[in-house]
Amino acid sequence: MKPTISAAVPRVDSHGKTSGDSKYLADYYFPDMLYARTLRSTRARARILAVTVPDLPVGYFYVDHTDLPPGGSNCVEMIKRDWRAFAADLTSFHGETIGMVVGPDRGEILRILDAITVEYEDLEPAVDIDEALALKGGPIHGSDNIFAEINLKKGDPDAAFANAARIVENTYHSGAQEHVYLEPQALAACIVDGKLTIYASTQCPFYIRHSVATALGYAEDQVRIRHTVTGGGFGGKEHYPDVLAVPLAVAVLKTGKPVQLVLSREEDMEVTSKRHPSRIHLRTALDADGNILGMELDTIIDAGAYESSSRVVLQRAVFTGIGVYDIPNVRAHGRAVCTNSVPADAFRGFGAPQGLFAIEMHMSYVAREIGADEDEFRARYFARQGTRTITNGHVYEQVMLPELLERVKRAADYDRKKRACVPGSGRGIGLSFVQHGSGFTGSGERDIIKARVRLRRTESGVVEICASCVEIGQGIDTTHRKVVADALGIPYTEVRLLNTDTDLTPDSGPTCASRSASVVGYLIEQAALKLKARWTEPGLIEVEQQYAQPEEVQWDAETMQGDAYPAYSWGVNCVEVQVDPVTHEVETTGIWTAYEIGRALDELVVKGQIDGGMIQGLGYAHIEKLERKDGRFLQTTMADYAIPTSLDYPSVHSELIDNPYPYGPSGAKGAGEVVLDGAAPAFAMAVQHAIGAPVCRIPVTPEYLLEVSAHDPVHAQR
Amino acid sequence: MTRFTLNGKPVTTSAHPMARLLDVLRDEFRMTGVKEGCGEGECGACSILRDGKLVNSCILSVGMMEGAHLETPEGISATPGGKAINDGYAEAGAVQCGFCMTGMAVATEALLRENLNPTEHEIRTAISGNLCRCTGYALIIDGIERAAEKRREIAAGGKTERSERTA
Repeated sequence: MKPTISAAVPRVDSHGKTSGDSKYLADYYFPDMLYARTLRSTRARARILAVTVPDLPVGYFYVDHTDLPPGGSNCVEMIKRDWRAFAADLTSFHGETIGMVVGPDRGEILRILDAITVEYEDLEPAVDIDEALALKGGPIHGSDNIFAEINLKKGDPDAAFANAARIVENTYHSGAQEHVYLEPQALAACIVDGKLTIYASTQCPFYIRHSVATALGYAEDQVRIRHTVTGGGFGGKEHYPDVLAVPLAVAVLKTGKPVQLVLSREEDMEVTSKRHPSRIHLRTALDADGNILGMELDTIIDAGAYESSSRVVLQRAVFTGIGVYDIPNVRAHGRAVCTNSVPADAFRGFGAPQGLFAIEMHMSYVAREIGADEDEFRARYFARQGTRTITNGHVYEQVMLPELLERVKRAADYDRKKRACVPGSGRGIGLSFVQHGSGFTGSGERDIIKARVRLRRTESGVVEICASCVEIGQGIDTTHRKVVADALGIPYTEVRLLNTDTDLTPDSGPTCASRSASVVGYLIEQAALKLKARWTEPGLIEVEQQYAQPEEVQWDAETMQGDAYPAYSWGVNCVEVQVDPVTHEVETTGIWTAYEIGRALDELVVKGQIDGGMIQGLGYAHIEKLERKDGRFLQTTMADYAIPTSLDYPSVHSELIDNPYPYGPSGAKGAGEVVLDGAAPAFAMAVQHAIGAPVCRIPVTPEYLLEVSAHDPVHAQR
Repeated sequence: MTRFTLNGKPVTTSAHPMARLLDVLRDEFRMTGVKEGCGEGECGACSILRDGKLVNSCILSVGMMEGAHLETPEGISATPGGKAINDGYAEAGAVQCGFCMTGMAVATEALLRENLNPTEHEIRTAISGNLCRCTGYALIIDGIERAAEKRREIAAGGKTERSERTA
């Protein structure tokens, strides 16, 4: 039998990365290059009265908003124009960019930064959700500190709650998470042949081009962005490089020299965007027999001082808010709240991990309250093909949750282990059920992104892929080549993916939202089929393909009604733990998963995503504690903020079930995020089983467990 | 002046003795396979071998290197044993973003020089000072097991264990 596209091939980027040949941003040395470091606000909220810069040695420069060219504007335009490039008279969070010191010696730059004084007039900051909603210190944004608000209704929630025999409710909290891509944020810029050219470690070269052109008052094609080998992103290099690129571009215009900006780890952890902390209150109306009549969601995410992607993150948090379940009547209210803290932005999962943690823990809580088994109770409400979603759209594909559950149970020996673990015994095992919509929310792909790809068969017979989905570790350089090779029936070694360069490659959209393999991969597959039809033509052939929304997908962006996502990836996760009764430390003793992602484009690439996503998600659930005090993060080094090491978690068992998606290449759907989404609820489920008390907060630290156990009758008896 | 051996070649540097070894290796000797991930000895991306021992070059000063034998990812990759590591990683699909990978390969070299038959726990311990955010480590461990097998073949003078078994 001919092997399918799923059969693993060697990744094209492996040897360069292990040998040191691959050049990351900091490995480029431009002639006469200067270094830059940012002057940052040390107040959460204050007026800036004066910035006093000492006399600078020859060759050193101070750059700020006054250096923006005529026609430029002091902004970083992402989705909105709300983020200031340089704080000029007001600062809204600790770490905000005020200016930049540029020069040839990094040590001298630090000495200059130390000598600069900033005079502030302190204002009263609102540093968390409660303070912001109470308008402490007066509104930071608009009149109410609300960046975005969502109200949704499915069915008749009023009747459901009016007819309820019982209402069960609880609140679920999740913390911030730092990306800790191993390569810190890094860009360099210079003038090449009269054109501003920016080299960047980034997920989204065209986003940087847009932000820089807008701030400088340039046409977009007056700026060129070249992608460099990128050492991880996870959402952290989706928009944040824009924030660095604008001041960097201004510095290049002022100095006329190449300038490199590489953040130190500490600076990166202190000032770059994080995963949104959340507080989600869920209420469930039940009839006398314990059947769910309806549900109410109140979702609040802490967006920090600027909106950036928070509106869209909130949408995904709410649209994923009833998880994998078919709940007949739902009312959902969501708010993204402005606070005087580091802006939150994209992080793998993009709101879904928060929503899924809350709904999974709540379904389990409701089951316990009515004396039902949490797994059987959840399985009763599994969505099926045709189920109406929270936005009154539909699930089009066959939902294979029962099959996935069976696979995970068998692999984990779940039923036996669950029976053997007495609640409160210190040993626990738990399940989570998750879904993740592939691609941009709603009609974003059609109306905002408008992706375009180009394929070129050169005269020597090599096929080149021109697109803007960049390799950030997820394996797209290999899988996109495989898609083309498979469609054309040629070896993948005869296909190349060109490095994204905004002057040379079309805009196929950003590298995010589990869209590169599925959405852009499909365009590449379609283009390859066009190329195949013309294959016998002599010489160079070029074909293009533009995104078109599948016809059955209907979405109204105004009312947010219809198909929020054209298709979903599905997962079932199981985690087994042991909780130390004295220290309350949790040891993970087993991890089992099964996913339906359409079809894998490469089994090893997908296994890498599953392993890495689960372990990153377990870090989020368990050890990655990021606390804030007065709007500042207390953990700003890799010693304080611990990410999982090779000794912290066992290997992940994973299985895949094929269910090819008609609009994905070879049937593929997204896989990059669904693999993180289920880690936290499965872990928390196992822990609450082990301690015999509900877990409503992540990360599940020993301090939190001590608090939970102190109020818990099972522990009190022991 | 500080003199040391870099990947087998004697070199001299006039860098300040308190300069970070990492900066001197990267900026002066252009050994950019030595990466800066944290600058405080936590992540292991700047791993090198100093007299055969695994160290973080971001927390060492160059003045301490007088007379030392240093090996970087570039030097190790050029050896048959280093190639075995790179091939093992490639076969396993161990590499994702790659930023930790040169350091990981150096840690693997340090392990395999001491132990050609490491258990999973020994491998996990050997790379526990090298953080990776992408992979969850499982495929790296597989890559190290494959590299160990290749190194055993090299040690056996090219005779493969597998072919012995089949014979």
